[in-house]
Amino acid sequence: MEKFTQLTSIVAPLDRANVDTDQIIPKQFLKRIERTGFGEFAFFDWRYLEDGVPNPDFILNEERYAGANILVGGRNFGSGSSREHAPWALMEMGFKAIIATSFADIFRNNCMQNGMLPVILQESEVDTIMARALRGSGYKVTVDLESQTVTDGQGLNASFEVDPFRKNSLIEGLDDVGITLTLGEAIDSFEEKRAALW
Amino acid sequence: MAKTMFEKIWEQHIVAEPEGQPALIYIDLHLVHEVTSPQAFEGLRLSNRKVRRPDLTISTVDHNVPTDETRVDEIKDPIARQQVDTLRRNCEDFGVTLYDVDSSAQGIVHVIGPEQGYTQPGMTIVCGDSHTSTHGAFGSLAFGIGTSEVEHVLATQTLRQAKPKTMEVRFDGELKQGVTAKDMILAAIGKLGTAGWTGYVVEYTGDAVKKLDMAGRMTICNMTIEGGARAGLIAPDDITFDWMRGRKFVPRGEKFDQAVKQWRQLASDEGADYDSLLKIDCNDLEPHVSWGTNPGQVAKISDRIPSPDDFNDPADVSSAKNALEYMGLDSGTAIEDIAVDRVFIGSCTNARIEDLRSASEIVKGRKVASTVRAQVMPGSTLTKMIAEKEGLDDIFKEAGFEWRESGCSMCLGMNPDILVPGERCASTSNRNFEGRQGKGGRTHLVSPAMAAAAAIEGHFVDVRDWETE
Repeated sequence: MEKFTQLTSIVAPLDRANVDTDQIIPKQFLKRIERTGFGEFAFFDWRYLEDGVPNPDFILNEERYAGANILVGGRNFGSGSSREHAPWALMEMGFKAIIATSFADIFRNNCMQNGMLPVILQESEVDTIMARALRGSGYKVTVDLESQTVTDGQGLNASFEVDPFRKNSLIEGLDDVGITLTLGEAIDSFEEKRAALW
Repeated sequence: MAKTMFEKIWEQHIVAEPEGQPALIYIDLHLVHEVTSPQAFEGLRLSNRKVRRPDLTISTVDHNVPTDETRVDEIKDPIARQQVDTLRRNCEDFGVTLYDVDSSAQGIVHVIGPEQGYTQPGMTIVCGDSHTSTHGAFGSLAFGIGTSEVEHVLATQTLRQAKPKTMEVRFDGELKQGVTAKDMILAAIGKLGTAGWTGYVVEYTGDAVKKLDMAGRMTICNMTIEGGARAGLIAPDDITFDWMRGRKFVPRGEKFDQAVKQWRQLASDEGADYDSLLKIDCNDLEPHVSWGTNPGQVAKISDRIPSPDDFNDPADVSSAKNALEYMGLDSGTAIEDIAVDRVFIGSCTNARIEDLRSASEIVKGRKVASTVRAQVMPGSTLTKMIAEKEGLDDIFKEAGFEWRESGCSMCLGMNPDILVPGERCASTSNRNFEGRQGKGGRTHLVSPAMAAAAAIEGHFVDVRDWETE
């Protein structure tokens, strides 16, 4: 897993509540058996017109957000289906961190399994970032996982919570399976105990 | 100290709780399907790992399989076929049981788990599918996971989980004729919104829940995820045990009696504390219809389409605006005046034999409106066989319904069953997201009885007024 420590980037705004994973990656693109190849289909129904041309009205298509690695969204971001294809698609679009007031649980877990950081901030802080990202071009923030802060050089100085275990995994780029397998003995003894019951 | 059912199951499954880490909990049953597993098996291969407990892992094909009979010979869509073939190869290579398209046990993963008796009270159950919450109807702690976590469970039979909070959702009172479990859960999500339960495990209690049959309880637990909670629970009781008795993988004879004794201990203790409580009175509950593009945007059948101005929160106002535009609906329109083009009776929410019986009672002796295309996709091949034995297929077919094979089908439109842009569908499924049933398709979530009645009349009607034969 790629490490996440600190990231400074242009912010792309998606000012909508309840953006669900069906929107992030529609079902017709879930048939791939690889973890890659989803990026071009992210937000497909909003992003492209009937003939496959980029929809000029979809905000993430605007030139001023090109190259953004940080997405700011509305509340309950990533709701619905458990498809991990959603974070895979967002990562291929270039996003490494998402800022919102809340995330759906499964989506949030899926992000962190892939080295992408979901950042929960207060509503007023998200509103500030959203407004500044919408207003001009080139608006940047810095997400620092070590200090658990989001700053923008324009007075925003927000802090966020993150589970210490997940934080360490993200900073070190560790994958869960490897860590859990070091607890093999505990699993063995649980299974012995369980076998007596079932 | 008095404990909730969640706390009991949780504590029984803690493998390790290392300092500063989320608990590692043991998984008793892992359900696998073709869409969210290929990358997980590939991950095992790349790290030279095996499936730790193939005996606790079962798989089926449900999400992308067509619902016509040709699927047994060949799935025509090459990409879908490749995904199914990949699951076949993975199950063979790793020794996992697969219920393929030619098996009577094939079906939607959340239908076959209980139907075959794999799902049992007190278990922890996971699947790479958010509707895994369904199995909570048996008093098992069941939740959806992503593909990386699927790989983790395959490799270790455990999962790392931060302990969620608990909420009691109490349904008091008694349901009126024509009002169903689907209406209970739609009403609950309508009250709290689609993120109202995020971070919680919900336990459903109250008289109205105790009286529900297992299919109804599964419908409620199934849609728990639509309120943001990953798991819903209902205490197992005699209705549960009677439903389970004799199913293929349920213990038999004395072993069953012993198991029941243990299962009875699972219910939350008197006076157990929940972090939160929501009460819903079922005495006045009406059939519900969703009008928007998330399952929290619902109305009673006697209501009218709301105006965005009816909402206070700016995000709700803008959600309602977007939804009405997408759905092609005007504020003030009576729900009963909304005409439908399609009717879908299916999905892990409402395609069990009980659901098909309920819909068939509405349909019996009547004809589908000439403006409507109506389809039934039974939840499993076994469900389909039972329905055919009971003659339900004839009732549906004589009325003009298509009677098809089982699978997730038009709930998510991964197979060829989709809406075309602008089509409006009364659907017994669980999600009315934009494009869920096909790009530009408009989904209204309803109960099987309400869907069946809409098929006959061509628009939504109040099934409480329906006269059955």
